Formats: sequence, structure tokens, C-alpha cells
Amino acid sequence: MIEFIDLHKSFDSQRVLNGINLTIADKEIITIMGKSGGGKSVLIKHIIGLLKPDKGSVLIDGVDITKLPPRELDKIREKLGVLFQGGALFDSMNVFGNIAFPLMEKTKLNKSEIEERVMQALEDVGLKGMEKKYPAELSGGMRKRVALARALITEPNIVLFDEPTTGLDPIITSSMHRLISATHEKYGYTGVIISHEVPRIFEVTDRVAMLHNGVIVEVGTPEEIKNSTDAAVRQFITGGIGGPIEALNMTQ
Amino acid sequence: MEKLLRFLGSWAISTLKKMGHMTIFFANAIYFVFAPPFKFNLLLRQIRFFGNKSMLVILLTGSFTGMVLALQLYYILRKFGSEALLGPGIALSLIRELGPVLTALMVTGRAGSALTAEIGMMRISEQIDALTAMALNPMRYLIVPNIVAAVIVFPLLTAMFDTIGIYGGYMVGVKLLGISSGTYFSLMEDYVEMKDVIVGLYKSLSFGILVSLVCSYKGFYTGYGAEGVSKSTTEAVVMSSILILVWDYFLGSVLL
Repeated sequence: MIEFIDLHKSFDSQRVLNGINLTIADKEIITIMGKSGGGKSVLIKHIIGLLKPDKGSVLIDGVDITKLPPRELDKIREKLGVLFQGGALFDSMNVFGNIAFPLMEKTKLNKSEIEERVMQALEDVGLKGMEKKYPAELSGGMRKRVALARALITEPNIVLFDEPTTGLDPIITSSMHRLISATHEKYGYTGVIISHEVPRIFEVTDRVAMLHNGVIVEVGTPEEIKNSTDAAVRQFITGGIGGPIEALNMTQ
Repeated sequence: MEKLLRFLGSWAISTLKKMGHMTIFFANAIYFVFAPPFKFNLLLRQIRFFGNKSMLVILLTGSFTGMVLALQLYYILRKFGSEALLGPGIALSLIRELGPVLTALMVTGRAGSALTAEIGMMRISEQIDALTAMALNPMRYLIVPNIVAAVIVFPLLTAMFDTIGIYGGYMVGVKLLGISSGTYFSLMEDYVEMKDVIVGLYKSLSFGILVSLVCSYKGFYTGYGAEGVSKSTTEAVVMSSILILVWDYFLGSVLL
């Protein structure tokens, strides 16, 4: 279980998180949506321990990770798999090397066991036969699928997806969503997705949380969110320009 | 007046903050150099990175430095009727001073800048965050192999620079200016002591640590986007070059 309790974070004078309170249950998939630059990635970075809050706590399975020393924090990180926005694949390694890397560094599996696991992971994400390609030779969608395979290779309890479909076409986006559902069914992880793919992400997720002005303004099932009366949620779902979410000022 | 004081105060605070940040990074890096497990594959890769990238530049600059030294020293020594001292003059200048300094400057320009850019690109494409998220310490994987590789490679490249420089001087002094080959080498044997070689070795070792730390630091904490990486790369080269010359003076005065 992941819990955010009164989480605050500012960068210089800019307040990004302004008292986040959210509980994510075991094995559920929750999607956090909100406007670009609204602090969604900042929130996810607090789960990994890449950022420390100015105030508040992040509890993973009851342990406040914001107060842990580096070694203890690493033990928590071993439970995590992360799919970064751009994939964050290591340029110097091929697809096989990228997926095998966490296994080689964090487990005592032998070479053939690692090879077997990597090949299975590649098959799961539909990239069989691509193991010798380098990240630069792959399309955006392929890179994200490799990143997903790498995030899942250690069979983590929690998987964080930072905009898993940004920049992908609608067909690849749908197949990425199906992939998330299928892997969730297979591995049973707790999933936290940051996504703007409204309403298509509703097919994948159990609950949706809306982040606006640094706080969670609404949490609910996709149906509840679709029927929400909150002005920010309504504006975000319909993509309207008028509303509490500040639209881009074209005259500036 | 108040404005000036405010400006000076905020400048002093931000400079102190930066220095503190850098010191913590350096201390961490040095700690992980001695903390197992060691990543030998990455070390070999970085030895190749430093050595392979800089070898040709070192050969070229070494030979021309020796040749120019021969010309200039011959001109000066002839005024005192001491042309015979050309060999030891070139050898001592190269071994004690020019070899370590010019090698360090060349490696900074060639491999140090590439190192900053590579680590910087890893930072902005979240590869360093990915390592951290996998519970793997980026210091151990990205920084330590560079420091150890530089400590191994800098003295070797310096030795190569010195040797090529001495032979460059030989080509000009003996083949062009007519000094006898025997004089050139035998007086060198008489005047160059082990102490001189050790001074050069200390210098190249410390330059290796300095350059690898500065270039790694600048890449590790690069700014945003391509502009940030480009700025960090320039800063790494400028800062390393200045520190090499300052540290050279300091070591030179201590080890004289």
C-alpha cells in the first residue's frame, strides 16, 4: 500500500505539491491525471525517493520512506519497477542488455536463467527477435515496451508508469494499455499511471485521481470520474478551454 | 551600498553552497572508490574510453612539443655555449612539467569533455534516475570507474607524451641542428634523476583525479536540455584546465 500524507513540495518559490493526501491499495491500478507541469511526475519521484518532500510523508507498506537512510531506501526501491517518460534505456546497451541489467546486478541468477527470463519478457511485450537492437534503432513505442519489460523483469510489487503512451499513435497507445492490463493480470502488481490519455486510460485503471493546484481534488472509479461535478475534472475530461484549469494564453 | 552588500552576500552564500555541494560529491566519489563491489568491466571500458580517445592527440602534441622545445632551448643554450645540455633540458622540462600538464590539458579537451557530455545526456534522459530507481548507486556505476581509469591512464599517457617529446627533440636537435646523438642521450642519463620522474608521476596522478572528478561532477549535475549539457561541458573543460594549472604551481612549489 502507498500513502501520501499531507505532501508538500516547492521548487524555489514555485509550489508544486500543496498537501497531497492519497491512499493507493495493494494490487490496484490508479491513474493520476492533471495538467502538464502540474506536479504528477514530482509526485511519482517521491515514491522512488528521488525527491524529498518539504513537508509530509510517503508511506510504502507502512514505512515512511522520506526518513529512511540510503541503504534502507534501496530495499524499498527493490520492490519498485519504473517506466520513465522517455524510457530511460541505457544507450550503451542493446535491448537484451537493458532488460537483463537489473537481473545481472540485483540477483544471483545464472546466465541461462537470465536469458530465459529476458526472452520471456520480450515475448510478453511483443518484441521477440529485437534483443540485439540498440535503443537508438527503435521507435518510440518499441522503446517504451522495452522499458516496460525492464521495469517488470524483477517482478516488482509496485510499478510506476510515467506517461507510458505520450507521443505514441492511437493504435500503439491502445496496445500499450492492453499490455499494462495483461502484465498486471500476470504479475498482480500495484500500478501507478500518470496519463493524459482520457478517456482511453479508463479502460485500464481501477481508480482515477485528479491533481489540480497541488492537491488531489477528486478520486474515484472511472465511472465516478466521468460523472464528476468538479469543475476541474469536467474541464480536463472534456478538454475545454474555459474553467479552473488555466489554458495556454495564445497572445503571450 | 546596501544593494552592493546584498549582492556580495548572496554571491558568497551561493559560492559556498556550490563548493559544499562539490565537496560532498568528491568525498562520496572517493569513498566509493574503496567500497566494494568493484565494477571491473566498467573500469576496462573507461580505460579504453580515456586511452583510446586521447592517444593520437597525445602522440601529435608530444612530438611537436619536443620539437619546439629543441628549437627554443637550442637558441637559448647557444648564447651560453651550452648546446650540449639540450638533451637534459628537453627531458627535464617534459618529465617534470610539460608532459603531465599538457597531457592533462589534452585529455581534458578530448576525453574529459566527452565524459561530461555522456554523463550529462544520461542525466537529462533520466538514465541516472533509472539506475537509482533500480536501487543501484550511480556513483559506483558512473563515477568511480572514471576516477580509477583516469588514475591508471593519465600516468601512462604522460609517459607516452614524454617519450615521444624526447624523440621529437632528438629529431630537431640531432638530425636538424647537428648535436651529436651520444651527447643528447648520455647527458640526459646524467642529469635526469628518479626524483624528477616521481614528480611527474605525482602530478599526472593528481591531474587524473582532478579532471575525472570535475568532468564527472559537471555531467552528473548538468542543467536542463541540450543547452544545459553544452554549458556543463564547457564549464568542465574551463574549470579542469584552470585547476590543472593552479594545482601544477602548488605541487611544483612543494615538490621542487
